[in-house]
Amino acid sequence: MSAEPRSLRRRLTLTLIGGAAVLAILFYLVVRTYAQQIAQQSQDRILEASVTSVLDAAVVREGQVEMDLPYAAFAMLDTSADDRVFYAIHQGEALLSGYRGLVSPPFALSAAPSFDTVPFNGVDVRVATWTHSLPASPRPVLLSVSVAQTRDSLAGTLLAISINAAVFGGAFFLLAAGMALWTSASTLRPLGLIAESVARRGPSDLRPVTRAVPSELSPLVTSLNSLMTRLSQSLSQSETFIAEAAHRVRTPLATVRSHAEVTLMRVDKDENRQALRSMIRAIDESSRAAGQLLDHAMVTFRGDQLERQDIDLVTICSEIVERLTPVAEMMDLDLTLVSDGPVPSKADPILIQNAVRNLVDNALKYSDPDSAVQIAVTATPAPTITVRDQGIGFPEAEMALLSQRFQRGGNAKDTVGSGLGLTIANDVAEAHGGRLELKNLETGGACAILHL
Amino acid sequence: MTRRKAMKYLLIEDNTELASALCDRMRLDGHVIDHAATLSEGADYLHVGEYDLILLDIMLPDGDGRRFLERHRAQANDTPVIVLTARSEVSDRVGMLDLGADDYLTKPYDHAELQARCRAALRRRTGSAQTVIRVGSVALDPVSSVLRVGETDVTLRNRELRLLELFMNAPGQIFSKGKLVDRLFSYDASVTENAIEVYVGRLRKHLEGSNVTITTHRGLGYRLDEC
Repeated sequence: MSAEPRSLRRRLTLTLIGGAAVLAILFYLVVRTYAQQIAQQSQDRILEASVTSVLDAAVVREGQVEMDLPYAAFAMLDTSADDRVFYAIHQGEALLSGYRGLVSPPFALSAAPSFDTVPFNGVDVRVATWTHSLPASPRPVLLSVSVAQTRDSLAGTLLAISINAAVFGGAFFLLAAGMALWTSASTLRPLGLIAESVARRGPSDLRPVTRAVPSELSPLVTSLNSLMTRLSQSLSQSETFIAEAAHRVRTPLATVRSHAEVTLMRVDKDENRQALRSMIRAIDESSRAAGQLLDHAMVTFRGDQLERQDIDLVTICSEIVERLTPVAEMMDLDLTLVSDGPVPSKADPILIQNAVRNLVDNALKYSDPDSAVQIAVTATPAPTITVRDQGIGFPEAEMALLSQRFQRGGNAKDTVGSGLGLTIANDVAEAHGGRLELKNLETGGACAILHL
Repeated sequence: MTRRKAMKYLLIEDNTELASALCDRMRLDGHVIDHAATLSEGADYLHVGEYDLILLDIMLPDGDGRRFLERHRAQANDTPVIVLTARSEVSDRVGMLDLGADDYLTKPYDHAELQARCRAALRRRTGSAQTVIRVGSVALDPVSSVLRVGETDVTLRNRELRLLELFMNAPGQIFSKGKLVDRLFSYDASVTENAIEVYVGRLRKHLEGSNVTITTHRGLGYRLDEC
């Protein structure tokens, strides 16, 4: 057993073509052999007739053989290929007439002529020899008649038949090979179609395969469908579970936060206020971390199976600007979008949205009051989204580490954050074959550039 | 004296704890708020009263808040709706805005952000508030963020607006620096109480020429008075 997976199609094609080749060769050999036999037999029959007629013409008179070689005995051996005819007549062991060396004694009586193929004068000839005992006194005379013929006509006939057989065999082989290719292709096509229809699906498409398939494939499709069903159930279960879990956690957090805020408005004692503030910050931190962990998981999942669509990066960024404007306003920050017309790109809109939202979120968080955050979208040379702020900037020494998971700048200790924002943006850029560039502006402030 | 018709909110939220905390907070800010625990109760409130804004939870015992949104918009009801969701940002984002929500907020939310989003939603719908806060010769439109002193209009920055709104809602009341910082800076640990002085200074400048002043009460805080 070979452990390597082999192509069913190749195996099927090779088997069928190999079978056709064996059959074609067999056909050729059988036809050729049979033709040779038939041709040989007919030559032998004529030689026999020729020998017989020579023998018939022989009489023994006073112990001497007398014969008139009948013309017909040789005329019957005429062929289109002008084969040459030789003969030899022996009485006992003495040559009476004909070619010396054509046959050699001893001769034996037999009921039927003997045939042989022998070389004579440099060519192969077919010799028929028949020895008769002619009655004479004092003792019968043994008369041996040999008639030989060259094999040119026979060879010509054989060659013609062989060529025909080869042409037929070849044609048969080609036809059979073509059918083999077609058969293997058409037999395996349903398999290919199923594979293609499954492969062309998006990552979240878990509908069962409904394509009609041959009965041999239906067990495969059935188990594929049941796998899909189980997968989609477990996916939707885990999605529902995550939504439910988030709901269960976030609602009480919101309750606590609201109560803390209300209480903070009512209490005056400084240490109480301090405790309430820490509480609110802790809540923000945990809910933010939970949200970003989910975002990060989603980015990782979607990054593996990128769903690229034709999108306009400016539209996506303007949605984010609209969404985050109230937050920017609260901090007295100007959030603006700069672009010259649409910037089309083939990318996953949800991932891009997530990356840009995280970058803008960061920019807002680390900005000084009354400053500006700017998103710029450019199309040339490659689509890029640049987020600039006028805040504290990235710590130069740690710049290379910041896009690593849970890594936060040394100057970010006082701000709520999980250390995942830049990781998410970086992962999104890499999933699209791009990169995230971080730098500090000479005028102060940080600049994050998403190259797609 | 303050003359102001309060903003009226309807909160549809099944978690009574959260609802009561949110209602408390809204009332402290001088708003009127009704609470419905189910969608049908919410529909009843809407039948009877008029609201400036609806705050809607998504997972409710008698149905999905999104269906409510669909019906709400199908009835050509113009009241802005802000969705409060506990789900992850990504999955619900598209659907809710498509169904006609004006905005949404993920729990737990910063109350100041909720207020900011409410204001933005109202501004988009109506352009300005039907309710203007007046103290003396000063009028503040909290939605368009325009302060009118005599005949001059000034557009306030957001923190200025929030600070002034706080003062104008309670003239004569002293606010401590600490409380003001918390309201304006979302409990940011890096902000010191002195930061508030900058904003008070700006407000004083805006209020020049009016009969309204903000006075400092050493050790206690600030107070807005009509003289």
